[in-house]
Formats: sequence, C-alpha cells, structure tokens
Amino acid sequence: MSQAEKSQAEKSQAERALSSDPRGSRNPLWTLGLLRSEITTLLRRHRTYALLGVLAAVPVLIGIAVRIETGGGGSGGAGGPDGGAGPAFLAQVTNNGVFLVFAALAATLPVFLPMAVGVVAGDAIAGEASSGTLRYLLVAPAGRTRLLLVKYASVLAFCLIATLVVAASALAVGALLFPVGEVTTISGTRIGIGEGLVRAGLTALVVAVSLTGFAALGLFVSTLTGSGIGAMAATVGLLITVQILDSIPQLSGVHPYLFAHYWMSFADVLREPVHWDDLVKNFQLQGLYVAVFGSAAWARFTAKDVTA
Amino acid sequence: MTDTAAESEAGDAVAEDAREGHAAVTGAGSGNPAPVPATGAPVIRTRGLTKRYRGGQLAVDGLDLTVAAGSVFGFLGPNGSGKTTTIRMLMGLIDPTSGTAEVLGRPMPAAARTVLPEVGALIEGPALYGFLNGRDNLLRYDRADPTADPRTRRARVDEALARVGLAAASAKKAKAYSLGMKQRLGLAAALLRPRRLLVLDEPTNGLDPQGMREIRSLVRELAAEGTTVFLSSHLLDEIEQVCTHAAVMARGRLIVQGPVADLAASARGRLAVTTPDPGDAARILKEHGLTGLSADGDRLTADAPPAAVDLADLNAALVGGGVRVRFFGVERGSLEDAFVALTGEGFDVAG
Ligand SMILES: Nc1ncnc2c1ncn2[C@@H]1O[C@H](COP(=O)(O)OP(=O)(O)O)[C@@H](O)[C@H]1O
Ligand SMILES: [Mg+2]
Repeated sequence: MSQAEKSQAEKSQAERALSSDPRGSRNPLWTLGLLRSEITTLLRRHRTYALLGVLAAVPVLIGIAVRIETGGGGSGGAGGPDGGAGPAFLAQVTNNGVFLVFAALAATLPVFLPMAVGVVAGDAIAGEASSGTLRYLLVAPAGRTRLLLVKYASVLAFCLIATLVVAASALAVGALLFPVGEVTTISGTRIGIGEGLVRAGLTALVVAVSLTGFAALGLFVSTLTGSGIGAMAATVGLLITVQILDSIPQLSGVHPYLFAHYWMSFADVLREPVHWDDLVKNFQLQGLYVAVFGSAAWARFTAKDVTA
Repeated sequence: MTDTAAESEAGDAVAEDAREGHAAVTGAGSGNPAPVPATGAPVIRTRGLTKRYRGGQLAVDGLDLTVAAGSVFGFLGPNGSGKTTTIRMLMGLIDPTSGTAEVLGRPMPAAARTVLPEVGALIEGPALYGFLNGRDNLLRYDRADPTADPRTRRARVDEALARVGLAAASAKKAKAYSLGMKQRLGLAAALLRPRRLLVLDEPTNGLDPQGMREIRSLVRELAAEGTTVFLSSHLLDEIEQVCTHAAVMARGRLIVQGPVADLAASARGRLAVTTPDPGDAARILKEHGLTGLSADGDRLTADAPPAAVDLADLNAALVGGGVRVRFFGVERGSLEDAFVALTGEGFDVAG
C-alpha cells in the first residue's frame, strides 16, 4: 500500500469514526435467529436426547408392566375412576390404551418431567458461563434481556417437547398393547375416541404449562452461579424439597404456594364437563412463579459481573 | 533491539507491504510498524476506571487510557496486572467500581448494543461449543448479534473461516480442535463482520512459535486495513514487534502510555565498544565523564552519554588514545529496559 493510499484509508477511517450512524439496521425479526439457534443447539446435545429417552421409556415400562400384570386377558379392572390416590388411571389402561397417556403423565409429572426441565433450565445460563461461551454471546452482543428471554423461551419449548414425548410414546405403546376405544371420563360419562384424543392433547398442554413456574425458578438459579452442574443440582434439589414439603400434612398452610401443589389438577381435564377450578389455580400459581422468578432472574442477570 | 527476520519469513505479502510502507517513515528498519498519526476521536478512552472485585481485590486502579483510531495498541503488563479486567469493563461484561469508559465515542456499558456490533473481541482465550462444528459455532455467535444480516451470514462465516485458515476443518467438531485451531476459531468469531475495533486479550497465549507468528501477521494485516487493534500481552517482544502504541500496566495501575518507539527510547540506551584493549578504553571513557561502565571480555558498555556529547568526538578520543576499536555505537533501549526503569522491578514479577 502506498503512502497516499495509506493516508486515504486513514481519512476514511477517521470519517467513519466520527459519523455516529449505528451501522446495520436492527430488524426485529432477526432476533428470532437467536431463538432458533438456541433451540437447535439444545436439540443437538446428547444430553437432551438422554433426557427425552428416559421420558419416552417410562410409558413403555408402564405399558409392559400393566400388560404382564393383567396377563393379557380381556377383562380388566372395573376400578372406580376416581383419579385420586394410587397410580392414577392405571386401572383403565387395560380397557383402553388411550388411558396410558394420562397414566404416563401422572407417573412422570411429580419427578421425571420436572427433573429433565430442571436440568435444562439450571444449565441455561450457568452452563454458558462455565463453558465461557456466555461472554462471547454477550459481546456479540446478544443483549442480556434478549438472551434471558430466548433462554426462557427455549426452556419452555423443552417443557412442551418433553411432555409431548411422554404423551406420544404413551399413545403409541397404548395403541400397540391395548384396545383403543371410547373413553370413560372421571365423571363416568363416555366420550368418543376423537374427543378422548383431544382431551389427551389438552392434558399434555396443561402439564407443559404446569412446568413453567418451575422452569422460571430453574432459570433464576441458573443466573446465580457460574457452574452448570451446580445450578442443575440446586434446581433438582429444590424440586425434591418442594415435593417433600407438599406431602407433609402439618405444612398445609404453605401448600397452596408450592409450585407443585396443583400439578395433579390436570386430571380434571378428564371430567365431563371439564372441572376448571384447580386448573385455574394451577395456572395462576405458575403465573406468579414466572413473574416473581422471571423478574428475579432478570434483575440478577442484567446486573451480574460476567467474569467466567 | 531484536530484528524480526523470523517474523518476516512467516508474514505474508500484505503484512510485508504494510511494513515496507512504514519503514520509509521511521527510517529505523527496526521491524516496528510506524506510529500512525493519531487522527479523529479516540477509539477507547477511560477516565479513572477502577475495579474492585467482590473479594476485595483491587484489580484496576484509576486507569486513564486513550487509544487513537488506526493504532495497534499494545496493552502490556505481567500476569495479574489487570489487563483482562480492563477489557471486561470495556466490553461491558463487568461494571466498573468507579470511573468511566468510552468505546468508539460512546459510553460503556450503557451503549453496548450499538458499540459492540462494531467490535470484535477475543477475551481470555476462545470459548466454543464442543459438540458443534467450527462453522456452526460461528453461525451461533453471528445469530447472537441482532444487527448481523442473516442474508449474508453464511458467506461471512465462510469468509472468516478462510481468513484464519480453518476452511478445511470447518466441519469438524470443535472439541476435536487443537488449542491453536480453537484460538483461530475465536479469532474468526471476532472477524465475522468488518469491525472498527478488535480487542484481543493475549491472543497468542498457549500457541507454539509458528502459531504466534501466524496470529501476529494476521493482526498486522487487519491493522493495515485500517482496523484499530487493542492487543493485550505479557510478552514484551510481542508488543515491540506488532504495536505502534503501548500502555504499560503494573499492579492495576497504568505506568506509562505512548508510541512504542518513544517508550523504548525513554529507557536510556547503552554505549557499546568492542575492543581488544578494554582497560584503556574504560579509562578514556571515564575521563570523558561516562558512567555505568561495565566490561565483559572485549566488550565494554556504559550509560549512553547525554545528547550534547558528540559520539564522533568520543570515538576519536578512543582511537587517539591508542584503543583499537572494532565496534562503537549506542544500542537503543528496549521496552523491557523501559519497564524495569519505570517500575524498578523485573517484568516477571506478578502484581
Ligand atoms: N473474577 C475475579 N474475582 C476476583 N478477583 C479477580 C477476578 N478476576 C481477576 N481477579 C484478580 O484481579 C487481578 C487482575 O487480574 P486480571 O485482570 O485477570 O489480570 P491480567 O489479565 O493482567 O493477567 C488479579 O490479582 C486477579 O487475581
Ligand atoms: Mg488476562
């Protein structure tokens, strides 16, 4: 480069330095690029498949166990469809494979499903911090609020995917091992198979929404530490603690505020007509958790020193 | 002053060109790129920048730093002197305890959203998603930038990969990369878009000499294109070889900043005489008021005389006194001499 060219380059450099035009316009849709990247990145980890694999295996195990238990015979239990204590919906599975969807969701909701969500949510920020990639996302610049929102959205996507994996696996196993037909609701009325499948899908949605509060809690924990493993362990520890607290009758005063307290209300979707009271309470509680821990996560993350 | 012949061999045509051009300006032929005249607003400006970490460690203490546009700015200091902490504050990763920082004329961290798209950074080594391949790592970082155009994304990623010589390995999982390859991929992430400022925190750390040369020649190439480069290092010769300007840190404080040539010159040079008659030479030099004499075999050195003394007279005096002079001259001070003179301590002492 000649001297003249050099000074020319310097001049244009100086001009650029002086112009205050922020380069490149910000298209609001481009922000979705990060969400897509987040979800595809999540779906390319072996860990995600391990979690989903465990969840998909639960209905298979239940289905096989019920099948062996009833010796493959036609007449199953005419057990009272009260949906209360004990393994919910199990009795109906032999008569109608669709019930395996409800049985599998009831079996995975207390521990397996939220544990998987806890791993993904706890790792969301802390995992990026411990691998050092967080600093590069932030100087990209992803924007702290934007990154947190995208992380939460991807955790929610995982809640839905995980629930659907359980439901789909259960439906497949149920249809394979058991007869499929009209569904007897908890209220004792019978609805057609089509309507029954709609209720099953609705139930899966309700279960996914039930996990949103816990997901927000996990995300908050994730902003507190720079260790991915630590955040996952803490989040899952919180889950187990809450489940224990919820089972101690002497603590009934705090039960309505525990995120897991109304989880089993999803069974009310199977009443005729749908019994909304506890479902609504559940949604309100989840909303409260999302608001409280979402704000806490935001306050923490936007003020955090990122040194890892 | 060491020459950089080895550097030149590895340096490619563009870097060579740039330095050829500079040589005319300095006339020094020392291998240093010439100081670019400081024009326009400073690219980095800090006032009283201070960081005390949670644990109470005062990592950066009242830093007043000015980096002119177009310079290759060396940020020099031993390990633990606060270089990375300063860079974290400049990039908005941590909040200063007190003081202000401006990057590209706008305050950080407040203006991070508008400033950072124009800044490429490598901070404390690369960080990658091991389960993604090289290209997907870059795609992810590019998607994180909301101002990056998705229509040109793939082309820009390929260009960055080619630039750092990773095109062939771009489909390989990052966890299978060597340290040098990871460092290059980190550099590629900093080059995803044309940048006005590149911040490189010890970019040659952990690399073998060949890798170091490659990174340095890439830095020169980028600087020749007009990008301002802010390069931290604990290697004195690295700064001397690559940078036009430098700031020296020790224990969180700024010791000195300015053009590299001035800094090195501020360390008084040494007069060196090679002769088979060191005894006579020492006596004559002493008579002429020279101090700090030391002899090592047939080599005699002394503190360089003040500018008022004509070296030719000194040489004539030696020859006139019957001293057979084989070599006579002033060896210019290095940055290391400057550092030792300024801090009164060796460079390897950590703060
Ligand atoms: N996250 C941190 N928390 C507490 N102290 C830190 C942290 N990071 C660095 N330090 C301390 O701050 C000082 C400066 O560190 P650093 O900026 O990393 O220096 P350099 O990059 O020049 O080697 C050191 O004494 C270091 O121990
Ligand atoms: Mg450092």
